[in-house]
Amino acid sequence: GAAGATGFGSMADTGLLESLLRLLEKVDGGTDSQDVAADLGVDHQVIVGAVKSLQALGEVISTEQKSSKHWELTGEGREIAEQGSHEARVFNAIPDEGLPQNELMKMPSGKVGFSKAMSNKWIRLDKAHEGGPRVFKTVETIEDTVRDKLQLVQKGQSAKLEDKEKNELKKRKLLSEVTVKSYWITKGSSFSTTITKQETELTPEMIASGSWKEKNFKPYNFEAMGVAPDCGHLHPLMKVRTQFRQIFLEMGFTEMPTNNFIESSFWNFDSLFQPQQHPARDQHDTFFISDPALAHEFPQDYMERVKKVHSEGGYGSQGYKYDWKIEEAQKNLLRTHTTAVSARMLYKLAQQEKFTPVKYFSIDRVFRNETLDATHLAEFHQIEGVVADYGLTLGNLMGVLHQFFTKLGITKLRFKPAYNPYTEPSMEVFSYHEGLKKWVEVGNSGVFRPEMLLPMGLPEGVSVIAWGLSLERPTMIKYGINNIRELVGHKVNLQMVYDSPICRLDS
Amino acid sequence: MPTVSVKRDLLFEALGQKYTDEEFDELCFEFGLELDEITSEKDIISREQGDEKAEGASDVVLYKIDVPANRYDLLCLEGLVRGLQVFKEKLEAPRYKRVSPADGGEPQRLVITDETASVRPHAVAAVLHDVTFTQERYESFIELQEKLHQNICRKRTLVAIGTHDLDTISGPFTYTAKPPGDIRFKPLNQSKEYTATELMSLYKTDGHLRHYLHIIENEPLYPIIYDSNGIVLSMPPIINGDHRKISLNTKNIFIECTATDLTKVNRFTVILILLLFCNNTIYTLQFKRLESVRFFIFLKKLILFQKGCIKSQVTELAYRTETLSGDFINKRVGINESAESIAQLLTRMCLRSEVSGEGDLIQVEIPPTRADVIHACDIMEDAAIAYGFNNIVRSTPRTYTVANQLPLNKLTELLRQDLAAAGFTEALTFALCSEEDIADKLRKNIAETRAVHISNPKTAEFQVARTCLLPGLLKTLAANRKMPLPLKLFEISDVVLKDETKDVGARNNRRLCAVYYNKSPGFEVIHGLLDRVMQLLDVKPDRNQGYHIQAAEDSTFFPGRCAEIFSCGKSIGHLGVLHPDVISRFELTMPCSAIDIDIEPFL
Repeated sequence: GAAGATGFGSMADTGLLESLLRLLEKVDGGTDSQDVAADLGVDHQVIVGAVKSLQALGEVISTEQKSSKHWELTGEGREIAEQGSHEARVFNAIPDEGLPQNELMKMPSGKVGFSKAMSNKWIRLDKAHEGGPRVFKTVETIEDTVRDKLQLVQKGQSAKLEDKEKNELKKRKLLSEVTVKSYWITKGSSFSTTITKQETELTPEMIASGSWKEKNFKPYNFEAMGVAPDCGHLHPLMKVRTQFRQIFLEMGFTEMPTNNFIESSFWNFDSLFQPQQHPARDQHDTFFISDPALAHEFPQDYMERVKKVHSEGGYGSQGYKYDWKIEEAQKNLLRTHTTAVSARMLYKLAQQEKFTPVKYFSIDRVFRNETLDATHLAEFHQIEGVVADYGLTLGNLMGVLHQFFTKLGITKLRFKPAYNPYTEPSMEVFSYHEGLKKWVEVGNSGVFRPEMLLPMGLPEGVSVIAWGLSLERPTMIKYGINNIRELVGHKVNLQMVYDSPICRLDS
Repeated sequence: MPTVSVKRDLLFEALGQKYTDEEFDELCFEFGLELDEITSEKDIISREQGDEKAEGASDVVLYKIDVPANRYDLLCLEGLVRGLQVFKEKLEAPRYKRVSPADGGEPQRLVITDETASVRPHAVAAVLHDVTFTQERYESFIELQEKLHQNICRKRTLVAIGTHDLDTISGPFTYTAKPPGDIRFKPLNQSKEYTATELMSLYKTDGHLRHYLHIIENEPLYPIIYDSNGIVLSMPPIINGDHRKISLNTKNIFIECTATDLTKVNRFTVILILLLFCNNTIYTLQFKRLESVRFFIFLKKLILFQKGCIKSQVTELAYRTETLSGDFINKRVGINESAESIAQLLTRMCLRSEVSGEGDLIQVEIPPTRADVIHACDIMEDAAIAYGFNNIVRSTPRTYTVANQLPLNKLTELLRQDLAAAGFTEALTFALCSEEDIADKLRKNIAETRAVHISNPKTAEFQVARTCLLPGLLKTLAANRKMPLPLKLFEISDVVLKDETKDVGARNNRRLCAVYYNKSPGFEVIHGLLDRVMQLLDVKPDRNQGYHIQAAEDSTFFPGRCAEIFSCGKSIGHLGVLHPDVISRFELTMPCSAIDIDIEPFL
């Protein structure tokens, strides 16, 4: 947090801090915290604490972390530095008249000291001595170099030893090499040898008493992040949905009731003049319902007209010339597009006494029994816009699309002829992607076929133009998400939800 | 959308013009095609199997072009070139007619017996005379057959095409069906005879053919075509006989198409496939000697209708003429062209057209290859394509309307905002799930859930439509267990319930669900959320006119820690601490409280 990791509660005592600062005042170019510890005669860890306290005061000192290696005596090494090496202790224990070997071996240093002293040729063993083997000195005096070397290290003068010697002692487990973390301390920009206690926060008491005027406030760390507000978050896909709804409402489109996931094949396919043998009606593409398996209520007259236009034609159409079956139309399914709802709405519109132009939209879930991959799920949200009026042209459709996509920040559009069973003409909408430097498909559009509209009872001169796109795709592009599962469904990473920015589609 | 892969240089040679990739892409786009990928065999192999395998493969440039699902006539180099050349007015649209054998002999006959009715009742056939194969033409011929099989023939389930060297067989041919044990022949690329039963097990391990076995495997009778000497031509849709293999030297080809039931296949489709195949084959085989080709379709019996309704001749090869006015096209497209110019546009789309002289009427001839043209609007679309979609002036319709929100969605939008403000994060979970998710895992009986069941789920994840939002939220918690606690989630979305009063027998129900997941259960947190939601909905705590909660037993919740929520005396949902078994079944470890209410009463 901004208050800093080191609170004032753990402040080292002011006397020590000031001693440190006075020491620092005298040296040019700074000093090492280990030297400070030696000079002030305190443990290094205490100095480390003092340094941290000083750091928290701002720019009094500046520090740089260092790590250095140094040699230190082991427990056995310290014993030898004090009492002499095992071999020296053995030598010293032997009187001029010698000592029985078994007695010598009882000494704590006996075993090790005996063999070392033997190899140093300080002592000799008389095996044939009467009364058992006896050990005698062979020299008058000895020089205990092991002890001398260890004492050098103990005095911090390990540099006087050669590496080979140090390694020899390390092998004998008398020395070890340790890494020490220390600070290189120099004067800071607001160096002073006296400590003024700094305050972290303004308090109600300071305001009341006016004491804030005399206080020194701890500098604030503007580099640190603030504390995250305690709040909930909206899902990014739903944020984009809100924006698309907004765009349609701004354009005067009325929202369709799409809260019916279960649809009959009749409204999902037949009413749209999609033949009963169309591949989209296969088990491979569409989820059919086993319970409730069939829809049981249809507008009878209308259904007859749909049957006729499929099987025999009419309204200027050849029809598909096949045996249309009600059993196929009754099959319930999970709607494969929201156009099923558009069909219901257009049928309802056709039942009005007098036709009135309409503009409709919807954004809701649709379902496909597809092979799933990084960009395909079994369910997704379809965005759909529909305009019904007398005399609408293909040019009008492109005009509406231009307005709609301009609101999404997409102005460069072009249209490709395409195929769709219920629109004619059908157009795929492409926009120029500045980043990818190519045209990418952004939606589908078309003019509903007369074989769909006329059986509903819409007047002859009325055209219905429509377009659709998925909500997921623009959202994935907007939020830079490559795998759709990271956006939709329970596998979503909540951190992504927490972190997602607001959605402005036109910027 | 089917993709056709063509060699770029061959394509440009056939088009008589070279294009840059961009120019060709532009041409495709205008015509309704998509230049999907520019690649080579070498690239493809190296991408799929690694650089080493690609060593030595051809680096001839290939164009992969997406063709719309209704334009099977463009599904090979030859069809594509013809379409584009006519579009660019470099070639006249071809005109097809049925002709008799040039030698004045009897037409070939294919006799279809009654036994085929149960398995694969329909067949048409044609003869191509006087063909000249080259290696490339031969490959293109085979590839086209495969393309048709994979696309319009739906992997041979609807239609299967067989091709035979006519000079090694003799008509009349018989199409019949027999028990597999009674069928015995030497199949293509095998050295000995097998019974059909043996063949089915032989091909079980064949990487290519095993995909088609299921089409007839369980039928009591298998379809089979013999010549007059009892030689097997093919056992559709699986394999041809070995005798009649097409080779580079084949001069005359017998083509048969067999098809399954007519509820799945438009009765014109079989004819169309045959026609497309013969038609494109002519271009394949005789591209530069088009005039010399003699093209026949002979059918003794056309069984394109249900059995017992047999017609003796093919009539569907007929061209049809439609008359429409220039004004109709101008008004629908939003352009202003003369009738003559519109006729010219249509001719470029292989729809030969001329002005009739009566007003602005145009007569349009629809060729038999364009089964997709069934209404004047289809002709209008072709005029618009030829004119160029992107040349049409874009104009805003004058339609004046006032926008309205759907009240249920308006309420949902407003509540979502305030639930997020109350500290809960929005989840977005699937509407489909497993039976286990909405029943066992919630300690409920599936029979009591009023769930809508899916008949053809590919995996258990899609067995039912959800009847409550809770499983989705609990799964979201499980996927985010590493996140700092507490986790507070909500979702306002639809569940689906069976409802006999609806035409489809089911309805959506908009629900609000929220969960609180922490080291302590937080009943009071979730209760507080209910109070807040009711405050937002302007419903006061009151046993009669407002809302209240009342202790209840629900198997999903911990005993004694569940309450039913009432608004104006009507039950709208539950809240409480989840049952420990529910928590563990969703792979969670901490206590969790939840609320689930119907928001439709507040509309």
